[in-house]
Amino acid sequence: MPISDDDLSLPRGRCAGAAELSARADWIRRRTIDLIEIAGTGHYASTFSCAEILAVLYYDTLRLRRGEPNWPDRDRFLLGKGHVAVGLYPCLADLGFFPEEWLADYTRLGSPLGDHPDMTKVPGVDFSSGSIGHNLSVGVGMALSARLRKQDFRTFVLLGDGELHEGQVWEAAMSAAHFKTGNLVAVVDANGISLDGPIETVMSVEPIAPRWQAFGWSTVEIDGNDVGALRQAFADLPPIDSDVPTLIVARTVKGKGVSFMEADAGWHLGYLSEQDRARAIAELDARLSAVEVAR
Amino acid sequence: MSSRPSWNVTTSMQTLTSFVAGELLADLVDDGHDIVVLTADLATSNKLVDFADRHPERFFNVGIAEQNMMSVAAGLAACGHQVFVATFASFASLLCAEHLRTDLAYPHVPVRVLAHHAGVAMGFYGTSHHAVEDIAITRAIAGMTVISPSDTKSVRAALLASLDEPGPVYLRLGRGRDKDVYSETPTLTRGRLLTVREGADATVIATGIGVAEAAAAADQLRTEGLSIRVLDAVWLKPFDSATAVKAARETGAILTVEEHNVVNGLGTAVAESIALAGVAARLDRIALQDEYAVVAPPTHLYRKYGFTAESIAARLRALLGR
Repeated sequence: MPISDDDLSLPRGRCAGAAELSARADWIRRRTIDLIEIAGTGHYASTFSCAEILAVLYYDTLRLRRGEPNWPDRDRFLLGKGHVAVGLYPCLADLGFFPEEWLADYTRLGSPLGDHPDMTKVPGVDFSSGSIGHNLSVGVGMALSARLRKQDFRTFVLLGDGELHEGQVWEAAMSAAHFKTGNLVAVVDANGISLDGPIETVMSVEPIAPRWQAFGWSTVEIDGNDVGALRQAFADLPPIDSDVPTLIVARTVKGKGVSFMEADAGWHLGYLSEQDRARAIAELDARLSAVEVAR
Repeated sequence: MSSRPSWNVTTSMQTLTSFVAGELLADLVDDGHDIVVLTADLATSNKLVDFADRHPERFFNVGIAEQNMMSVAAGLAACGHQVFVATFASFASLLCAEHLRTDLAYPHVPVRVLAHHAGVAMGFYGTSHHAVEDIAITRAIAGMTVISPSDTKSVRAALLASLDEPGPVYLRLGRGRDKDVYSETPTLTRGRLLTVREGADATVIATGIGVAEAAAAADQLRTEGLSIRVLDAVWLKPFDSATAVKAARETGAILTVEEHNVVNGLGTAVAESIALAGVAARLDRIALQDEYAVVAPPTHLYRKYGFTAESIAARLRALLGR
């Protein structure tokens, strides 16, 4: 089921099927493995946990126009956890924002595509990131801009749960509620693990939803690897002129989709040996071959 | 026994003659400019209330959260607005150093940072509120333009000039009570020093409050038969190396004056300029000598650390062996 240009310029979203979106998430994982193979190291498991989130946003929810990365009325997407840009790049190329060929030189000398996204080099990246904790603030600025210009785009920011350690996230959360940016949506990829281990042993961020509620946000908690739940959460967002920003706590599994990564917290950052890579690819390809979507 | 009259911030604000940004930016919005202004709980201190009163929908007070302010500004600028943010220079440059680099300069978004009370202008508030590292920090950031106006008229010129910059600008401002240097609004040219006094025996290259003092020193020394050139380093980045080198070549002696640490400030920019040009000249630098300023009212600090006409004149005499 190839995606047509018409589908991507629907007023908001394109209502892809659940099976297609799940397959798209596996396709993101598959491309991530290919790209990290070029770099020699990368954030597999952090990318895999949010593959469904990226798939549903880019292939269902976000209001975008294929090949028009600077369309003024597009929904904005900010990658707070910039270290998973490796999973975003294949989507942006697939949407015609930059040539597919760029992916072949991922992270190589002079490539526009680094481990963290650079808005000045990569069409479709709405803001640069890499230093954890800044992008929710940037999103507040974009949401305020939409209000000023009376535009009806939404701004989505994907944060890691480890990112909630950063104090600036809470400054941003406070200001988003104060400025009544109901056009702002934060999604926390709550995979429970940061570089040094389980978040709850490194620095507790729980309970996430009540904390954000106390800051004046509306919250919803879902299975973040369930494309149906994600799609529903985005469909249930308040009207664009709402006064209350929304936080989606997406409970996810680190390394989701590759069984041996799901079982081992050590895969936050790493490199797959040839043998492990073959195992991972075999798992993904087995599922992908059952659904005709990937290219 | 008589007591002091009561003090309040509103009457104090009336003396902040060089804090013209609030009014000027409000006028620019009236003229059709898409300007948005943010501050961090300092709207009375920097007189941006003048803007907030006239364009409340374009004014955001983010509270005491400067880092959030910088990134929110970046998001607004990425959507195409001309964004001005204002806070004390110490917080703008040190607390937000990463934000200046990573959220403003690296993405090259047009945010203008009004970094007021630079140097030791905060006087007895102490080191936490002094900004004597900000020239070093901002000049080291690729893609950052740094402008340091010296009086009310040049603040106005600098604000207008900043609008033409495609990327971020750090505007290094004083405490709002600066002595006049210019009788007419100066014409600023990107990356150029301004000539305040012509002279042949030595050159003072000063920035900020040092410019008015240097001009006064030059006027004093003229009565002693010395001809002192005074250059206003209003544009700190890009830096006008050519004019500094020309001054070194033509006058043979240079004194720099900056309300900043001696490390990696204006003096360093001048020194590297003339060294790279292979010009031999005598060089002296008035600055904090890699130390924290003591606590005192700002004008007392200016005297202690040499940011006065008397001190500049004395250092020039010494430089010239007079």
